[in-house]
Amino acid sequence: MNKIVSKEYFSENVIKFEVEAPLIARSRKAGHFVMVKVGAKGERIPLTIADADTSKGTITLVVQRMGVSSSKLAQLNEGDEITDLVGPLGQATHIENFGTVVCACGGVGTAPMLPIVAALKAAGNRVITVLAARTHNLIILEEQMKKNSDEVIVMTDDGSYGNKGLVTKGVEDVINREKVDMCVTIGPAVMMKFVSELTKKYEIPTVASLNTIMVDGTGMCGACRVSVGGRTKFVCVDGPEFDAHQVDFDEMLMRLGGYRDIEREEMERFTCKTDSKH
Amino acid sequence: MRNIKEERNEAWRADLRAQIKVKERMMAPRIHMPEQDAMERSHNNKEVNLGLTAEQAIVEARRCIDCPDPTCMKGCPVSIYIPGFIKQIETGNFLEAAKVLKETSALPAVCGRVCPQEKQCEAECIYVRSGKEPVAIGHLERFAADFERESGQISVPEVAPANGVKIAVVGSGPAGLSFAGDMAKLGYDVTVFEALHEIGGVLKYGIPEFRLPNNIVDVEIDNLRAMGVKFITNCIIGKTLTIDDLKEDGFKGVFVGSGAGLPRFMSIKGENLVGVMSSNEYLTRVNLMDAASDDSDTPVFLGKRVAVIGGGNTAMDSVRTAIRLGAERAMIVYRRSEEEMPARKEEIKHAKEEGIEFMNLRSPIEFIGNAQGRVTHMVLQVMELGEPDASGRRSPVEVPGETETIEVDEVIVSVGVSPNPLIPSTVGGLKISKWGTIEVNQDTMQSDIPMIFAGGDIVRGGATVILAMGDGRKAAANMHAWISN
Ligand SMILES: Cc1cc2nc3c(=O)[nH]c(=O)nc-3n(C[C@H](O)[C@H](O)[C@H](O)COP(=O)(O)OP(=O)(O)OC[C@H]3O[C@@H](n4cnc5c(N)ncnc54)[C@H](O)[C@@H]3O)c2cc1C
Ligand SMILES: Cc1cc2nc3c(=O)[nH]c(=O)nc-3n(C[C@H](O)[C@H](O)[C@H](O)COP(=O)(O)OP(=O)(O)OC[C@H]3O[C@@H](n4cnc5c(N)ncnc54)[C@H](O)[C@@H]3O)c2cc1C
Ligand code: SF4
Ligand code: SF4
Ligand code: FES
Repeated sequence: MNKIVSKEYFSENVIKFEVEAPLIARSRKAGHFVMVKVGAKGERIPLTIADADTSKGTITLVVQRMGVSSSKLAQLNEGDEITDLVGPLGQATHIENFGTVVCACGGVGTAPMLPIVAALKAAGNRVITVLAARTHNLIILEEQMKKNSDEVIVMTDDGSYGNKGLVTKGVEDVINREKVDMCVTIGPAVMMKFVSELTKKYEIPTVASLNTIMVDGTGMCGACRVSVGGRTKFVCVDGPEFDAHQVDFDEMLMRLGGYRDIEREEMERFTCKTDSKH
Repeated sequence: MRNIKEERNEAWRADLRAQIKVKERMMAPRIHMPEQDAMERSHNNKEVNLGLTAEQAIVEARRCIDCPDPTCMKGCPVSIYIPGFIKQIETGNFLEAAKVLKETSALPAVCGRVCPQEKQCEAECIYVRSGKEPVAIGHLERFAADFERESGQISVPEVAPANGVKIAVVGSGPAGLSFAGDMAKLGYDVTVFEALHEIGGVLKYGIPEFRLPNNIVDVEIDNLRAMGVKFITNCIIGKTLTIDDLKEDGFKGVFVGSGAGLPRFMSIKGENLVGVMSSNEYLTRVNLMDAASDDSDTPVFLGKRVAVIGGGNTAMDSVRTAIRLGAERAMIVYRRSEEEMPARKEEIKHAKEEGIEFMNLRSPIEFIGNAQGRVTHMVLQVMELGEPDASGRRSPVEVPGETETIEVDEVIVSVGVSPNPLIPSTVGGLKISKWGTIEVNQDTMQSDIPMIFAGGDIVRGGATVILAMGDGRKAAANMHAWISN
């Protein structure tokens, strides 16, 4: 069913897979995601559909190794099957020609930003991508972003590459330099929170793609819920994209940390197991 | 159709009745279902009820007096031929008993376990009117179905020659499964599409192993496979494929059994704290993802002081799961009194035996968390019962100023579900009620769009396994009639 037809490393921890999934390839749009499960006892994790090829019947996933589940996926090779793959899920990104759009991303958010950047560019926008990371070797997908943006601004916390400073500095520099009509942000919740606070100050409409914890991804469990404009929303069916200025990021941050201890334990167990195999 | 009056007059039935006097039959006490010891079972996930032995089943079957007008059948939503199968048990023809059941119920081993019998068939048993405990219809039903399965002699129903007509089923819960079975019998080429990676709907992801072991559901699914039904998992109709795609692929009819999968919350302060979750999330993690076992990658909180809000089957399943996962204090918080609880009586009894605390006439008004956002306390409003409401149950009203604050580290919200919105929102022209259910002709289960039939929770909003199954069967008969025309 979901055979991996190609695997490519963007960096040590960021991998691109092309996977056979003809039905999903046919029906997906930018912003949609899939739920992926590796192994009989695997976890269901959400991954954005980065691209699709309807003639080959494949979709592209870009996965960043985080914990156990993303690592299990990262270990698969060309020819392997992904146990379970379902989608396309979520609401598609609302794409139109807004004018000038700043796409601010970092960490876990860089991969899911790629198809949005591409779609915005294709719709005629002037796309300025701000790519942020703690340090040089954590900057990923720079080449791919360059291909699809009018300009890519790289920010590192320690100044080891690109400009020194946080993602917000990169965004603010653009705002001070030219008229920005729209901002899209994807990344760790703290990052999105600060980008959102910044653009609110300048009254620039901003969309954030929220990466909450999910279980089913189909609206059945409520694990992914967030408060948007004071109302509870399910990210998997109502999102993943929301008006950033309405999102309660503090609550989201709190909920994201919910399983941190269990996840750390699981990762330690997983790393021990993998190490002992070598 | 059976002629119940005539069958009752058959020689073997008359002889059987003559063997023991009615009075004598009615003196016998109801056989008690053997069950795992409460303290033991609250620490394992094995089935609570152990099932009747053949001797016990025969003794219990003798209690049924084979009424000329079996009122019990009126209590069963699908009118199972109750005295018919019970009298087969009395004579030791257990396989024959199973056959009688399967004429009407696609999943007797399931219904025998999970039907609210005390409100359905057993409520109408003649015994109840004379103040006695009813015949244990559910336990006998389970016995006959289990006997057949364990005997290895499950009869794969006869399937009519293939007619080449393609039929699609959306969802693999009891409604979809029973529909698929009936259509396969009629010779249709049936494909079941399921959004999740497992087949069985609530029977798999909701109802826990200790009440309904998965292998019982799997046997039924294998049976359907043997009849030629195809299953496609990880396929969401409305997302992966649309109903129009199905039409284009040559499907002539679609049955929607997509269930009630949308959890409701209470919209009270602190409900989004870490550790507060829906029963769907909790049960899905534990049942579908097997999160409590070491080799599963999915995490689950193992709360020590767990409160479950609600009084239905889902609430009982959640709270009893919590105690099995090591909770020191597992509580039901319900806003009415025990009498009004919608859960099966047996589940309430079992829960109590297992040490579950019942905080009735209490309603949460706020959850309080610590600096990390983890829930630590709940504030409960004390209630009392007022006038009966539309449902006929006395409605809870607040006792002004009386609240309690209780320490908790996990809260499971089990206050109901809404219909799964996926099909209603993606199929244009489908008539939807204001509750989000699909509107169908009650006699045929056909929707406004002639090729689409629907049944189960997506039509009823939230019902029972037997009602969902009955809908599936009714829809199959009517879709067949519609296609044949
Ligand atoms: C709609 C959506 C689309 C996504 N698309 C992609 C994608 O295209 N590519 C990709 O690599 N990832 C994507 N993600 C994130 C991805 O699902 C998670 O990284 C993955 O579930 C991590 O699982 P794990 O078991 O490997 O790590 P875990 O063990 O779950 O986590 C390891 C560590 O990472 C942190 N963490 C986990 N998930 C997140 C998160 N979402 N945000 C911030 N920190 C987190 C945890 O707190 C923990 O400390 C997406 C998430 C959502 C909701
Ligand atoms: C925890 C719990 C305990 C219960 N206990 C009892 C009990 O003891 N006795 C009793 O009689 N009843 C009980 N019920 C109620 C009973 O389980 C339901 O009424 C019954 O399962 C409804 O059956 P269904 O076929 O309509 O839907 P479901 O069983 O909900 O199945 C629907 C299926 O459709 C799938 N689906 C949904 N949308 C799509 C789509 N677009 N494409 C593909 N697939 C889709 C879902 O993933 C699901 O698998 C309980 C329910 C729960 C949650
Ligand atoms: S299906 Fe349910 S209600 Fe009907 S006879 Fe069996 S147990 Fe009773
Ligand atoms: S009403 Fe009771 S005694 Fe009479 S046929 Fe039904 S089960 Fe037997
Ligand atoms: S992940 Fe379960 S409802 Fe969104």
